[in-house]
Amino acid sequence: MDELITMTAAELSAAVAAGDVSAAEVTGAHLERIAAVDERVRAFLHVAAEDALAQAREVDRKRAAGEPLGLLAGVPVAVKDLFTTVGAPATCGSKILEGWYPPYESTITGRLRDAGAVLIGKTNMDEFAMGSSTENSGYGPSHNPWDLARVPGGSSGGSAAAVAAYEAPLALGTDTGGSIRQPASVCGIVGTKPTYGGSSRYGVVAFASSLDTPGPFGRNVLDTALLHEAMSGHDPLDSTSIDAPVPPVVAAARHGDVSGMRIGIVTDLSGAGYQPGVMSRFTEAVELLESLGAKVTELSCPHFRYALPAYYLIAPSECSSNLARFDGMRFGLRAGSGSAEEVMAQTRAAGFGTEVKRRIMLGTHALSSGYYDAYYGKAQQVRTLIIADFEAAFGQVDVLVSPVTPTTAFRLGERADDPMAMYLADLCTIPANLAGNAAISVPCGLADEDGMPVGLQVMAPPLADDRLYRVAAAVEAAFTARLGHPLLTESKGLDA
Amino acid sequence: MTVTYEEALQEYEPVFGLETHVELGTTTKMFCGCLTAFGAEPNTHVCPICLGLPGSLPAVNRLSIEYAIKIGLALNCSIAAWCRFARKNYFYPDMPKNFQISQYDEPLCTEGYLDVLVGGETVRIGIERVHLEEDTGKSLHVGGATGRIQGAEYSLVDYNRAGIPLVEIVTKPVPGTGFLAPEVAKAYVTELRDVLRTLGVSDVRMEEGSMRCDVNTSISPRGSGVWGTRTETKNVNSLRSVERAVRSEVARQAEVLGTGSRIRQETRHFHEDTGVTTSGRSKEEAQDYRYFPEPDLVPVAPSGSWVEEIRSSLPELPSARRGRLIEAWSLSELEFEALRNAGALDAVEATVAAGASPADARKWWLGELARRANDAGIDVSALPITPAQVARVAELVAAGTLNDRLARQVIEGVLDDEGTPDEVVAARGLAVVSDDSALTAAVDEAIAANPEVAAKIRDGKVAAAGALVGAVMKATRNKADATRVRELILERLS
Repeated sequence: MDELITMTAAELSAAVAAGDVSAAEVTGAHLERIAAVDERVRAFLHVAAEDALAQAREVDRKRAAGEPLGLLAGVPVAVKDLFTTVGAPATCGSKILEGWYPPYESTITGRLRDAGAVLIGKTNMDEFAMGSSTENSGYGPSHNPWDLARVPGGSSGGSAAAVAAYEAPLALGTDTGGSIRQPASVCGIVGTKPTYGGSSRYGVVAFASSLDTPGPFGRNVLDTALLHEAMSGHDPLDSTSIDAPVPPVVAAARHGDVSGMRIGIVTDLSGAGYQPGVMSRFTEAVELLESLGAKVTELSCPHFRYALPAYYLIAPSECSSNLARFDGMRFGLRAGSGSAEEVMAQTRAAGFGTEVKRRIMLGTHALSSGYYDAYYGKAQQVRTLIIADFEAAFGQVDVLVSPVTPTTAFRLGERADDPMAMYLADLCTIPANLAGNAAISVPCGLADEDGMPVGLQVMAPPLADDRLYRVAAAVEAAFTARLGHPLLTESKGLDA
Repeated sequence: MTVTYEEALQEYEPVFGLETHVELGTTTKMFCGCLTAFGAEPNTHVCPICLGLPGSLPAVNRLSIEYAIKIGLALNCSIAAWCRFARKNYFYPDMPKNFQISQYDEPLCTEGYLDVLVGGETVRIGIERVHLEEDTGKSLHVGGATGRIQGAEYSLVDYNRAGIPLVEIVTKPVPGTGFLAPEVAKAYVTELRDVLRTLGVSDVRMEEGSMRCDVNTSISPRGSGVWGTRTETKNVNSLRSVERAVRSEVARQAEVLGTGSRIRQETRHFHEDTGVTTSGRSKEEAQDYRYFPEPDLVPVAPSGSWVEEIRSSLPELPSARRGRLIEAWSLSELEFEALRNAGALDAVEATVAAGASPADARKWWLGELARRANDAGIDVSALPITPAQVARVAELVAAGTLNDRLARQVIEGVLDDEGTPDEVVAARGLAVVSDDSALTAAVDEAIAANPEVAAKIRDGKVAAAGALVGAVMKATRNKADATRVRELILERLS
């Protein structure tokens, strides 16, 4: 492999800033990697080769002119295909948006451009972020670089696969019920769901507004923190964005120190249905943290067992309304003919996939008159109880830990016809979305049964995102020291 | 229609309620920075947010909240310390997101009232709620007979209006106004319009659609206390139409019940040209809007101090002004209503401020000036004469320099752009002739020319003097002081 594609984002931006390598060379190397492997991984829906090189040359020009360079100067970033970026399509993995070029830039990608990042392409995803495998994409699934017969997780599976396959050192995703953490876990990389409101949703096509959280992917903890910091901060265009300083995540990532830290194991997120290899890696990680000086206790969050059903009322309810605008009137697909009503109906019938239709119907029913109180209203009450569980837990410990997802990456097609089995992939990640907390997935080894990566989930209170990185950096350092190399280099799916 | 309103009232008692939508006069839209200006080229005041493009998000215009609070306070409402926006979900091409951001069970303002004056009586109209929402785009249905979407060949949508802040003001049902119901409804909308105009929160132009009324009407058999099924009449877009809509709907409902049928709960459309309503969408297969709290917006929590700040900045409201002027000018409520209905309140008040007596100011604005405005087909306030100029005319009359007839000529001159009242008097030579020597000759001529009349006066029939006064006035081309002329005639013939 070209050395440029195995360098970390931190190394790349330093090298570009120092003039050791040009941003154009860095981008070129990644474009070559994409050309070499993406036919097999299918992480990208759109590769912006010309545009990416132009962005890179602009970074090089700035450097030559002595202008200040940003935090991510010359670092390629892959972007989940639901961020709007000027000059590239945004399909959200859906046929209904095929060919739509957004006329405006999302706040986050705008910030990344300002930080010198090179937006290299748009990545595959489950349609409108609904799914845990990318199999719900209207453009075919992505593949897990560790084992191409397996899914890369989802919904941000394309972004996770791109980073794990060295097609980009960093990627953007969104996490509504686990859509960053679960693919990060099953692809053996790092992924963070920031505090809700910590990263702007402006220009991020909505699935479920009260849950959607844009966040970073990286191959290591520090890179992930760099992207986290560059993309975050208050945005007046997003009313739910928090007007507070960005937590010091980069500083935390540089100081992986857990001595004296109080860590709580959520006992409710374990047991039957969890793959043994996942549980043993999780247990080892906890022992490791204890050996590094953390005070580990077990505690229960009794309402977490209701998180999944509550989520499957709230998220579909919001999506049924958010996705109403896809009607063939102003943009995207237009199908059929006749009255406006007929065109709307035929466009939606033709443009949306099965899972999206299922959730729109679930949500439409849950919000309908006579059912609202029993479904949506009740789910919101459950949400309040889950927030209370978190608050009680964070009264006792600094962070909570659990597995990220009950199993390692499953095989393509294995759960495609069983929505309930698919939904269980998000069992451990959903509580943090319902409460708006910060949470991270950091690799903690390979499962014995299948040799596939396993992730450790760390959860922190809102706006305490830096705690995630302290714990994750400690885990990463200890595992790398034990293995003698980063875990990801054990992946043999592509370069064997 | 065979049953008239008057016949309907013999058996039934009307109950009505109004939902009024008012476009707020903010410079920019409710959730984005696009301009709200009326009359621009279609789809030029649009952006990703008001077009509802994927990924866009709303952010509330603070001024729209302030305006809604102003309205709530002026309508004696409670202002919620915490409330939320809600999504009203339904599919229609002029709704960019296929949901409207509105308020549902948590409105910003609740439980108020507005007092209106009808026929010298005060009627208190209860206000149920005042809430904020965004306007939709505007559809133009081309082809087809009705201009409605049914039967149209194609439709065009202009999204310039989409996202303009709207306030919806909902009254409680108003029973018990009897025969006056249509007038009370109209008086309410008139008073509401005056309040909103005084607050400066909207240009309240019904003809441009910046104020639109839906009228809910039902009838109740006299003495039963049981209200019938109500209908909602849309498209009621002038003050006169409000009155006509109530009137025609009451008559129609009485007719329907008279034939043994029942009233359907439905939306009806008011036709400006014929003054009748026709059936629209039935509300019996109730549309389910699937309201839920808008997750893209944080709750609105106006602080008590902000509300008080807004309250203390409210201008004098029409009702307070009414009380003040009725007392200061010694008017009856009917006289006040006449003044307000003529649209002359501001002008009269300014004329009084410029020095005229209230009686003189009212006389000129309700008389000569109202007549001329009417002839010209414009509002009296739009006449090209200032209150100060009217005050000056009144002053010249009071001083005896002008009589009423000359004063009208001076006003005509001012309206014809001949200058100030003094300039018109000078240029047209309009001052009253009150010099006895100049008048004596004219009086003598009139006596000589009318010997029979003179004889009657000599015989003590003083009333006959009018004919001689008229002759003198004619001879002096109305410049004479008529009172003095009469005195001179009587002196001569005594």
